[in-house]
Amino acid sequence: MPVETISKFALSDAYIASLIREAEGLPAPALTELGRRGFLKLTVAGGAGLVLAFHLPAGEAIAAETPKVINAFVRISPDNVVTIYSKGPEIGQGIKTAFGLIIAEELDADWKTVVVEQARVNPKVYGYQGAGGSTSIPRGWDQLRQAGAGAKAMLIAAAAKQWNVPAGECTAQDSMVSHKASGKSATYGSLAEAAAKMPVPEAASLKLKNRSEYRLLGKRYTGVDNHKLVTGQPLFGIDVQMPGMVYASYTKCPAVGGKVAGFNEAEIKKMPGVLDAFVVEGTGKPVEVMPGVAIIANSTWAAFKAKDALKVNWDESQASKDSSTDHANKAKQISQTFPANPSVNIGNVDQAFANGAKTLEAYYDYSFVSHAPLEPMNTTAHWHDGMLEIWSPTQQADRGLGMVAAMAGLPEDNVVVHQMRCGGGFGRRLMNDYMMEAAAISLKVGKPVKLQWKREDDFAHDFFRPGGFHAVKGTVDKSGKLDAWQEHFITYTTDGKTEVSGGNFSTNLQNTTLAPNVRRATSMMPLMTPTGPWRGPRDNAQVFVQQSFMHELAVAANRDHVQFLLDVVNRDIPELKIKPGPNINFNKDRASGVIKLCAQKAGWGKKRPKGTGLGLAWAFSFGGHVAEAVELSVDDKKHITVHKIIVVADVGPVINLSGAENQAQGGAIDGLSTAMGLEISMEDGRIQQANYGNYPLLRIRSAPPVEVYFIQSDFNPTGLGEPAVPPLAGALGNAIFDATGQRVRTMPLKKLGYTI
Amino acid sequence: MIRLQVNGEERVVGDDIDPGTPLLWVLRDHLGLVGAKYGCGVGACGACTVHVDGKAVRSCSLPVSQIGAKQVTTIEGLSRNGKLHPLQQAWIDVDVPQCGYCQAGQIMNAAALLNEKPKPTDADIHQAMTGNMCRCACYTRIRSAIKTAANGGTHAG
Repeated sequence: MPVETISKFALSDAYIASLIREAEGLPAPALTELGRRGFLKLTVAGGAGLVLAFHLPAGEAIAAETPKVINAFVRISPDNVVTIYSKGPEIGQGIKTAFGLIIAEELDADWKTVVVEQARVNPKVYGYQGAGGSTSIPRGWDQLRQAGAGAKAMLIAAAAKQWNVPAGECTAQDSMVSHKASGKSATYGSLAEAAAKMPVPEAASLKLKNRSEYRLLGKRYTGVDNHKLVTGQPLFGIDVQMPGMVYASYTKCPAVGGKVAGFNEAEIKKMPGVLDAFVVEGTGKPVEVMPGVAIIANSTWAAFKAKDALKVNWDESQASKDSSTDHANKAKQISQTFPANPSVNIGNVDQAFANGAKTLEAYYDYSFVSHAPLEPMNTTAHWHDGMLEIWSPTQQADRGLGMVAAMAGLPEDNVVVHQMRCGGGFGRRLMNDYMMEAAAISLKVGKPVKLQWKREDDFAHDFFRPGGFHAVKGTVDKSGKLDAWQEHFITYTTDGKTEVSGGNFSTNLQNTTLAPNVRRATSMMPLMTPTGPWRGPRDNAQVFVQQSFMHELAVAANRDHVQFLLDVVNRDIPELKIKPGPNINFNKDRASGVIKLCAQKAGWGKKRPKGTGLGLAWAFSFGGHVAEAVELSVDDKKHITVHKIIVVADVGPVINLSGAENQAQGGAIDGLSTAMGLEISMEDGRIQQANYGNYPLLRIRSAPPVEVYFIQSDFNPTGLGEPAVPPLAGALGNAIFDATGQRVRTMPLKKLGYTI
Repeated sequence: MIRLQVNGEERVVGDDIDPGTPLLWVLRDHLGLVGAKYGCGVGACGACTVHVDGKAVRSCSLPVSQIGAKQVTTIEGLSRNGKLHPLQQAWIDVDVPQCGYCQAGQIMNAAALLNEKPKPTDADIHQAMTGNMCRCACYTRIRSAIKTAANGGTHAG
């Protein structure tokens, strides 16, 4: 492979790896004072004009009754409607509702009259505006609370001035300020104009609420967009329509890295509805624009029909030849020898194996998987008057804006990105390749153009969860405790030096496999197929290996599995001790809490109906401590009936109980769906799965009831998009063993003959 | 020229349209009704479900030329006289959606089910709704919302 191609792919993969690192960088529990003060000033200084400019059509005079912008997150109109701007992408994780609630709580707004709108994309005002790594809530927590509390302080100050009473004697509730002694009260709407002129309070003067003072948080709320969703109103990227808009399809080489040598241009251009067809050279990086053929048409269907008739002569001299069959064979061979250069080497593993009471070895493997969000990739772009305007369902609009500007050679001020609701994310839309493609196409078209991928494009050109192979060896000492853990991870590399994004050891697992003797090493096989973050990156697969093998060891040592797990998480291993830092870290008490409650709710140790199996697993993942139990039956044809799933999560205080429960249920079922039946394979560089027909996501008939319990605490809240996924596969496998005595060490389980 | 009966109104689509165009794209691109969604294009996910003469159909795989005088109902036309259909209300009350992309198709499919079986069992729901995929896996709440609507709005759990 030419060095240039490899280096572009490596740069592309390095970009994705940086995304994941950013996503994992859970913030400190509290910002510095300087940071807080800076935020409020920046917000108001930068926010007031910008927010107005964004929401008023150009040229429209600002009328006297214009709603007053208190800060970039809050606007209040004279009729007492409080509009809250949600700064992040809504991808189904529920943050549009949760962000609204967090601000409304500190603002003491009347939730019944709160309207939540999508904020404009402007990281200079809002800071981070992505959605990844379940960090929307922890990153936004302080900022959003301060926005609400700051706005409330200004409203109270305005009322106090009007009534000539001390601000400290005024209280706020349900969008109203009151002064008890004088009996005076005023709505936020009536105070907004005066409040907008009040000095911005110092962060130090803002008193944020304790958990016991919450009026809104922790209860059940229906999603703020639900009425629009159930009546079919336009919200999603795919719903964008504009006067004079044209439609585009884009076709790339089925083996990534292939270039266009020619295509049946004359034939395509003659097709009904086709307006133009041209080659886009692209930048050669999968996260940007890969070479392909763009077809511009007067409708989506015309663009699709022409795409189906397209015949491209691909130059595949530099294209992927990746083969899943080869990978599996090679990995098996590599696994025979433990590498001489371990990345982790604590204690003396060899000695522990020699002295162990029970020593086991096992080989685990799992396939690549696709994100497969239901809304296929799309973006509308319009290049006009020196401005590039974009409407995109993206998880990372702020980064997309910068990337588009760099590619188009425009200042960032000349690029506007409108955040559209996403029909699912799961990590796929952290990459903005489709946004970049639409931008590149629009520069040639000069009209509003909607790029629409077909479902088949989504499967062929994803950034997949990489598959992996783990040769594990463990030992239990005479007291029945985990004494040594050795793990050889056979993964992939793009540049020959570092693991592909999403394909390196999870630090969460390193921090929770608490044994006095630990040795880990990594081997890598070359890969061109792009990989990336998939809901709970790394943990979604590696926890299966960890939790299954822990169970194998517990069984071999004749220990109660729950007791065995509790021993592991409470083990004090100085070399593995986490230094106190800015991140929300593994905590043995929180881990023990979820494991114990999950066991209790699942009826652990109690008599169960004959033929059923119960399995449990847990994970610390993306800030959350989550334990799950699966109760199932398996018939003699290996058909699995899952009777019940239990999820116990500790993510600190819950913001919206309904949304949180929905995430936990969906995450657990996604885990079940993926473990049972999902596999992406490749041969000759081509992805073998084209549509949902051979990528069997779980259907309603196989979806079990999911009981969800939260252990709420005063830790800062963390997100729930991801942490409920990782434990499921381990719990499932352990339950199958409990029911049948058969151990599953391969995902998806359909490869072992299991169905659901 | 193609005349369509959509949500109780006659809608006319121009001559330049390919008669093989699936109903989905006529609704979305030509009539501005974007509630029905494109998910797979092969009738495998159910996101595009609408009613034709009261029956749930996958509009992504139904050529517009085959509709004729039949009545098309989309999610935009499901509520009557400004009042939400009981399923739409139940979907809000139970807080079903996550990303929400599949939900219009889920509701249209469920509405056809309730027309045939006003009090569906779990087995009825599973059979009728298995063609409607929810990538976010809101399935437990979809079951609950259908039962809620069937019970006249009382939360069935």
